[in-house]
Amino acid sequence: MIPISWYLIVAAALFSIGLFGVLARKNAVAILLGVELMLNAVNINLVTFWRYNAPETVTGQVFAIIVFAVAAAEVAVGLALIISIYRNRKTVVADELDMMKW
Amino acid sequence: MTPENIIWLLPLPPLLAFVIIVLFTNKSNKLSHSVGVGAAALSFIGAMYVFISALGVEHFGEHPFTDSIPWLPLGEGWLEVGIRIDPLSAAVLFFVGITVFMIFLYSVGYHNFGQPKGDHDKKGYPPHGATVEDEHGHKHTVPSVEPMYARFFAFIGLFAAGMYTLVISDNLLTLFVGWEIMGLCSYLLIGFWFQKESARNAGIKAFMTTRIGDVFMLLGLAFLYTATGSLSYEVIFSEATLHALASTPAFWGLSVAGAIGLLLFIGAVGKSAQWPLHVWLPDAMEGPTPVSAMIHAATMVSAGVYMTIRIFPLFSAGWDHHTLTPAMSIIAFIGAFTALFAATIAIAQNDVKGVLAYSTISQLGFMMAAIGIGAYVAAAFHLVTHAFFKALLFLGSGSVIHGMEHGVLHTGDHSVDPQDMRNMGGLRKKMPITFWTFLIGGFALSGFPIVTAGFWSKDEIFADAFAHGHTAVFVTLAIAAFLTAFYTMRQITMTFLGEARTPEAEHAHETPWTMTTPLVVLSIFAVGYGWVGIPEEFPVIGGLLPNWFHDFVGHTLAHPLPAPEFSMIPLWTSLGVALGGLGIGYLTYRNFKSADAVDPMRKLLGPVYHFIENKYYFDEAYDYLFVKPATWISEVFTNKMDQGVIDGILHSFGKVSYFIGHTVRDKFDTPVVNRFVGDGSADAVQWFGKKLRKMQTGRIQQYMFSALGVLFIIFIALYYLVLA
Repeated sequence: MIPISWYLIVAAALFSIGLFGVLARKNAVAILLGVELMLNAVNINLVTFWRYNAPETVTGQVFAIIVFAVAAAEVAVGLALIISIYRNRKTVVADELDMMKW
Repeated sequence: MTPENIIWLLPLPPLLAFVIIVLFTNKSNKLSHSVGVGAAALSFIGAMYVFISALGVEHFGEHPFTDSIPWLPLGEGWLEVGIRIDPLSAAVLFFVGITVFMIFLYSVGYHNFGQPKGDHDKKGYPPHGATVEDEHGHKHTVPSVEPMYARFFAFIGLFAAGMYTLVISDNLLTLFVGWEIMGLCSYLLIGFWFQKESARNAGIKAFMTTRIGDVFMLLGLAFLYTATGSLSYEVIFSEATLHALASTPAFWGLSVAGAIGLLLFIGAVGKSAQWPLHVWLPDAMEGPTPVSAMIHAATMVSAGVYMTIRIFPLFSAGWDHHTLTPAMSIIAFIGAFTALFAATIAIAQNDVKGVLAYSTISQLGFMMAAIGIGAYVAAAFHLVTHAFFKALLFLGSGSVIHGMEHGVLHTGDHSVDPQDMRNMGGLRKKMPITFWTFLIGGFALSGFPIVTAGFWSKDEIFADAFAHGHTAVFVTLAIAAFLTAFYTMRQITMTFLGEARTPEAEHAHETPWTMTTPLVVLSIFAVGYGWVGIPEEFPVIGGLLPNWFHDFVGHTLAHPLPAPEFSMIPLWTSLGVALGGLGIGYLTYRNFKSADAVDPMRKLLGPVYHFIENKYYFDEAYDYLFVKPATWISEVFTNKMDQGVIDGILHSFGKVSYFIGHTVRDKFDTPVVNRFVGDGSADAVQWFGKKLRKMQTGRIQQYMFSALGVLFIIFIALYYLVLA
């Protein structure tokens, strides 16, 4: 059986890529993609720990499904916001969205 | 409804009338007097119902109407208040009901209801008359309506409520409450025309003088409560309590009962205007005439006598029916002295109401003297008859004044005093109803034999005084009665008989029905009420009618007094003084022809007349002895003590505080607190704010990056601090 650490390394890598995307990319859609990557890294962790520690229950899967649902809703709202911003400002570059700046 | 329930309700209608008029209907004269007269009528009907129910009770003295409720919780019990109608209060209730109702009705006419508003009448002045134009273009001056018409009905309503409260009380506390309500109302009503300085002063004088008596009365109440633990008649007049009070010595040779009785009696001296507190009553004539009748007949002055009869068991405790107790002697002395003293003053009065005022004082003296010698039934009898005929006389004199004012308005000569009897004369032709009723009232006051009520009641006092051997009282009262008949006839002769002495008297006019009806009703009682108290042994007519009054009221106390032994001497005295006084009065004054003629008595008495005319200088003496020193002390206290010392201290307090305040502000508050603490902290916050706002870039990624950095630092720190 594949050791648990492999899965955890994959999840950590995925999370870091997502975090890098969120922090470094200028495009708002790309930032949103980074957030999705981080959520999926969490899902991998959840499923992994369920499979190795408590396979007789379904709690891990249920957790993962809830995260999917939340992520889907979040993406829907996030994309709507981005579209709305684009219509007003003709840009989706995060640095230029500085209306609340001093 | 049981009589007890009705009795509880008796003071309510006039009280409600007062509230309603004051709060709601005061803009409308018509509504106000309807409410006032209606309330008086309700109470009158209730009072009559109670009186008639009382007549139907066998041995009413032993079974009076009583009821009480717990009112104030005290330490280990309740202070009970309640009602009690026994024969005495039933008799009083009877005349109070009738006279109050009549006076309310009379006030409607007296205050010129239905007449136009005055040309320049102002609130607080008596109405001056209004000019009206008839269809031919002639201008007439007619009486104008009283400017404060509604207020008058409110005040007399409260007055009536006070009187009913006083009569129905079963204890001295609520009696005192009613007593004080009337004191307030008499002040308000005497000073009703408050813009007149004389009326203001008279109101204050009445209030202050009666207050002296009231303070002593309150002391008496406190003493009584301390001694017995109760103020209820039933408790304090029980055999055991009276015996205990009578056998405890207090001071100056008085028993506790006597001392309490005397203290309470001083209250009655003030209220019933007995010497030496009589000075307020003549001045009370400043009020409108219905007020004089209220105060002098129906209510206030009767209240004093009523209370004295009530507390008779107290000051007579220990009396063996032969030698008077010290308290009784004092009361008899004050009563008899007042009777004579006031009668002499009345002789020299020219004001038509002034004569009646002194005659009231004198008649109240008769009652007090009667109580003092133990003849409380005779006193009660005289109280009732006097209330009727004196109310009649006062209302009659008001009618005369009203008629004369009509004459004054007609001639337009306002220098003529419509109250001065010297300006009258011959009014019998102009005002026949007023004349005949006044004649009946005057004859009742003089004690005209057989037909008038005054004869029977006065005769009973004489009989009592004579039968029990109080010769001094008997002689004094006989002289007073002679003078009474004399000045009454003088008044009637000067006012109504002969020819008119001024054009104003020629143009006098009979008054409207609202004023004459009460006169007629009261004159019926001034005659008829005497017949209920005719002694059985009286020659010829004695025994035709039962001596109801003596049987009825005599049973108020546990041991009724026997009717005095009949004797012809007091009867002849009574006849002699009444007829003699009337006859001499007529003969002396029938030749009084012109308004500035010298009074015949002045020629006869010389300097003494001057002394009497000025009321023995009592007002001046009191002014010199009490009023002036009081004013002086007040002035000293105001100018020296208050403005000098107390204000000085206060002002220096003020100055010191002001100085401290200034120093603190200039030296500490402005430089330190404001500059440093206040402005400094604000400056610091502003400076930091300016610096720190640079951090707020508004770029979410920068925030997140810094958050990540902070998180990283925390992890490293935790790693080294916790794990290492």
